[in-house]
Amino acid sequence: MIPTALKIGPVPGWAILWVLLLLSAGIFAWRVSFLVRLLRLGRADNRFDQIPARLKQVLVYVFGQRRLLDEPLVGIPHVLIFYGFVVFVMATTGLLLQGLFPNLSIPTAERTPILATVVEIFAVLVLGGLAVSSFRRYVLRPKGLQLTFDAALVNILIAALMVTYLLAEGFHLVVGPAEKGVWLPVGKWLAGPLGESPWLQAHALTFYHLFWWMHVLILLFFLAYLPHSKHMHLLAAPFSAFFSQLGPPGRLPAAVGEKVRLGAERLEEFTWRQLLSAFACAECGRCERACPSFQVGEPCSPRQLIHNLKEQLLRYGPALIAKARATADGGEPTLIGGLISAQELWGCTTCLACAERCPVMNEHLPIMVDLRRRLVERGEVDTRLEEALRNLARYGNSFGQSERKRAVWTQGLDFKPKDARKEPVEWLWCLGEYAAYHPSLLGITRSLARVLHGAEVDFGILFEAERNFGNDARRVGEEGLFELLRDKNTATFEKAQFHNLFSTDPHVYNTLKNEYPDLNHGRHTAYHYTELLADLIGRGHLKVTHPLPYRVTYHDPCYLGRYNGVYDAPRRVLRALGVKLVEMRRSRGNSLCCGGGGGRVWMEEIGDVHARPSESRVREAAALEDVKILAVACPKDYVMFTDALKTTGLEGRLAVKDLTELVAEATGTGLAA
Amino acid sequence: MNIAVVLKQVPDLVEGLEIDVSGKAVDPSSVRYILSESDDHALEEALIIKEHVGGRVEVFSLDTGEAKEAMVTALAKGADHAVMVNAGLDSAPDNHTAAQVFASIFRDKRFDLILTGVRAIDDMDGSLGGLIAGFLDLPYVGLIRKVQVEAGGTTLIEKEYPGGCAAELAVTPPAVLGIQAAERPPRYVPITRLRQMMKTASVEELLVAPATLQPIGVVRLFKPEEGAGAVMLTGSLEAISQQVIGLIAERHLLR
Amino acid sequence: MNNDIVVVAEHFRGQLNEITFELLGKGREVAKGLGGKLIVLLLGQDLRGFISELGGADVVLAADGQEFREFTPDIYSSLIGSKLKETSPRLVLLGSTSAGLDLLGLLSGRCAFPCIDSCVRLEAKDSGLIATSQVYGGKVFVEVALPAETTLVAVVPGSFDPAAGRIKGNPQVQALATPPDMPASRVAFRKLIEPPPGDVDITIAPMLVGVGRGIQNADNLSLAEELAAALGGAVCASRPVIDQGWLPLTRQVGKSGMRVKPKLYLAFGISGAPEHLEGMKQSEMIIAVNTDPNAPIFSAAHYGVVADALDLLPALTEEIHKTSMKKAS
Repeated sequence: MIPTALKIGPVPGWAILWVLLLLSAGIFAWRVSFLVRLLRLGRADNRFDQIPARLKQVLVYVFGQRRLLDEPLVGIPHVLIFYGFVVFVMATTGLLLQGLFPNLSIPTAERTPILATVVEIFAVLVLGGLAVSSFRRYVLRPKGLQLTFDAALVNILIAALMVTYLLAEGFHLVVGPAEKGVWLPVGKWLAGPLGESPWLQAHALTFYHLFWWMHVLILLFFLAYLPHSKHMHLLAAPFSAFFSQLGPPGRLPAAVGEKVRLGAERLEEFTWRQLLSAFACAECGRCERACPSFQVGEPCSPRQLIHNLKEQLLRYGPALIAKARATADGGEPTLIGGLISAQELWGCTTCLACAERCPVMNEHLPIMVDLRRRLVERGEVDTRLEEALRNLARYGNSFGQSERKRAVWTQGLDFKPKDARKEPVEWLWCLGEYAAYHPSLLGITRSLARVLHGAEVDFGILFEAERNFGNDARRVGEEGLFELLRDKNTATFEKAQFHNLFSTDPHVYNTLKNEYPDLNHGRHTAYHYTELLADLIGRGHLKVTHPLPYRVTYHDPCYLGRYNGVYDAPRRVLRALGVKLVEMRRSRGNSLCCGGGGGRVWMEEIGDVHARPSESRVREAAALEDVKILAVACPKDYVMFTDALKTTGLEGRLAVKDLTELVAEATGTGLAA
Repeated sequence: MNIAVVLKQVPDLVEGLEIDVSGKAVDPSSVRYILSESDDHALEEALIIKEHVGGRVEVFSLDTGEAKEAMVTALAKGADHAVMVNAGLDSAPDNHTAAQVFASIFRDKRFDLILTGVRAIDDMDGSLGGLIAGFLDLPYVGLIRKVQVEAGGTTLIEKEYPGGCAAELAVTPPAVLGIQAAERPPRYVPITRLRQMMKTASVEELLVAPATLQPIGVVRLFKPEEGAGAVMLTGSLEAISQQVIGLIAERHLLR
Repeated sequence: MNNDIVVVAEHFRGQLNEITFELLGKGREVAKGLGGKLIVLLLGQDLRGFISELGGADVVLAADGQEFREFTPDIYSSLIGSKLKETSPRLVLLGSTSAGLDLLGLLSGRCAFPCIDSCVRLEAKDSGLIATSQVYGGKVFVEVALPAETTLVAVVPGSFDPAAGRIKGNPQVQALATPPDMPASRVAFRKLIEPPPGDVDITIAPMLVGVGRGIQNADNLSLAEELAAALGGAVCASRPVIDQGWLPLTRQVGKSGMRVKPKLYLAFGISGAPEHLEGMKQSEMIIAVNTDPNAPIFSAAHYGVVADALDLLPALTEEIHKTSMKKAS
């Protein structure tokens, strides 16, 4: 009764199956090897270290489907389809083997207890999952989800596979009962109505064979089609997860070398892992939906970025494979100015929401920064940004203020902070340029100095020797400037005497913690000031004498939260102050960027003023019942949100306060004498 | 087109400056030097001309201030050759002295155009470009915002006038041009390239006879008195607004 | 060298420029003090209409010809230079203007006359003539003693009182002949380029809200527009704002832009570089707002506020609305 045992015309079924299998497998293998050769166009990148940790990534993110489950409407159906696929792979293997070797007795799923049931049930679950996801895709139409023919075809093929399987099974049961011990509830349920029609009953065997063959044909077609469609993410995702970045996302890869041109704009200048992103991307649009710049109406979209990389790879990669090494001009048009515009690249705030949400662990940021590095290398930088970069190089701050004025803020204090260049201190306070120079922030900086002084924290500053630490210069693509600033600061650190350091600015914190290797060789540890405050309050060095009766919401800064996982310390501080902490919907890892990162504060604002992320965020905070204070822990957030309050007219309704101000009020130490 | 660009270092006003003990000069120890802004534009315009019609751009500077970095930056931007002129001066001279030095250099070299910024913040005795042209008996036009070299070598320029107007003039080279603004903002040089250039680039050192002119007779330098000038209004934003509107209303200017 | 004072007159589009009258006024004063004549050098075409306005001069040397119709630095400097070398006056006054500055360097170089730039004050003291120039972005004044030889001095427009020079009369006119060996002009005038027509003529607006770099970006212009609307005035700007393209050329105030003399000039985020001051320092009342207490604008303004323009602009607009509501009720 095995369908391939029969002849179709003059040829035995199993022979036809062999031919089709070899054909399909051949196409599959050829295509996959072609894709791998495309990947090999990319630069080297050692991602073969720490194998156990990498396997864990695959376990958690691929088999655990961790990221998808935060959106249950898509997560649950996808889990069903995913595991349905896993189960079906087993079932199909058995089925094919039986078909290829009809003379051998192969334990197919059909005839195995438990397995048969499981496969069946999964077929139904997969259909259910497809129904929900299709409803979401075609009726709800979430933004960013591309309604392509390819996607539709894949859905149809999966559905068809399930349906043909179930129908084959149903008809098989009409022909004769299942094997002993095998329980096929769905098959039985189908067989019922099918068996009622005498015509169907008479031809049940034919239908069984028909649906069996249809299932196999669709399967073989799918196999060959798979690596040609976006569904190849199935094959690539486990690898993209395995080869994902294990180190902190706040550490960008350094420039390749002195002789190599900085940045990337042609295929061979990207790493193979970056090119792999193109194949792993399932075009789900989760990154795009999370992107604050995209929401503002900028052409910037992480999904589009990866998609364009894929386009470039598929279109021009083959020619490059043919010529073993590309000529200087390549013949390959550059990505920038071709598929990707400079405007798209400058629109990014580097908030990391895209990479945070990506289910296949793609790393959009380093690709974007490599492209920006190339723009900078070509000198294609607009005037405002250029001015900021020139000021950074010359004066060590983007404001164009004399470096001699960096410590002017201390003049409002009734004590002189210790000079870490001259005497040893326990804590080095790296202020960052905003806290030191921006007129709206000087009061807060002084407050923090008083709070720490009052708590008898042994801290010091670098006075005029501090320079911008380079986090945003690096993210803007000016790698040389970053190195220059890092060198200067590192030399200053070497001469200063301190144990650990902390910063008021998450951007400074990020780069000190992750990108200043000389600091991190176990000698000094970098902290954010909220971690220090949490510790002081926890140990009783800072006493809350006036608990604050406010309802407060807290905005997680990108570089503190998503980049470095510091979500709890600021919340501990707030709770210790006695406030009632109310969370916004978009909090912790889902926090909405204020729009100022990635050097955006140094660029022209494009897009509709009233769609800006900072406005959206203050409205979100103001919508919380009875919440009057939006607490922040980043100076750029403070400036961005204060401006947004003005442009939205919410100044009376909501106040923006740095955590320092609240701590100062609650401990009675930060106010001026 | 062979183009020379003359670059000058001037005190960086961001750092402020102090007048020295004698009261007749700026105290050099209080000063940090930066390339004069309109000289940067002159270099940019020279590079734009080179992009359009080909040729060579050579930059010249007296050996004062942070001139080396300016020279290397010019090379990184695309200049072909850089010359540091050593005239035995230990501080930045007045423009007559500087112009005499450059005139002696350019007298022997054949440049079609000599570009320099139309004015620098420390100009007290006329523009450098005009003086060089005067010494060499070359034509000079200043306050230029655009230079276009035509096929035969005739140079069309746009000279700014008040009211946003400009005159289009045709100049027959060789000539000296005083640039106010280049057609595009000066190009950016990424730091990586600059650092590489600092290691590899070579700047020619040209020794010339020391200058002989007498500087102008400065009696004294002084800063406007603190307090002289505006009556400062203080207080909260609201209080200040009320004061300002009050002042306006006093003069019956409010509708 | 004699004790004569020479003024190089400037005209544009059929009108004598105001700087000419400023120089005439000051020239008369100095000439009187020295006991010399006041001579005006006037080059152009169809100059008859100007003569009666130059009554303050003792002699007008006029070169009237097609080749002088439009200013070109080459022949202007050749002719003026040869005349100055011939006559050796005590002092030559020019405008520190687009044309004047071209002539200053050329004449000084060609004729070996010392020269002084950016002059804002000129006084006769016992020791001799002292010129005061404003340099370093307006932050420093330099007092220079004029040497005892023919000296060229370029004066910043707006430094002297033009009324002192506006004297109608009938000065002696002599032809300024072109010497036979004067070389051909190497600079030819082609055409005049006008800025694209603007919507607002800021030179006639009674009140102006001026914005500079402190406005930070184009979006904030709306704050200035609102204040201007509340006052019934117009928005103008310093060069950096125009260079960014946030406002058209016709709104530029300064050396290369418009000269304005409104009843009220509010300067927001403008540092006060001399090039800008030149265009507005004669406004009747100047109130300057800047975050830098040392900004040179404060020495030219009548009232000053150290504050962020972006905070004060809406605050002022609101205050005006409040005041007009009070009036109405």
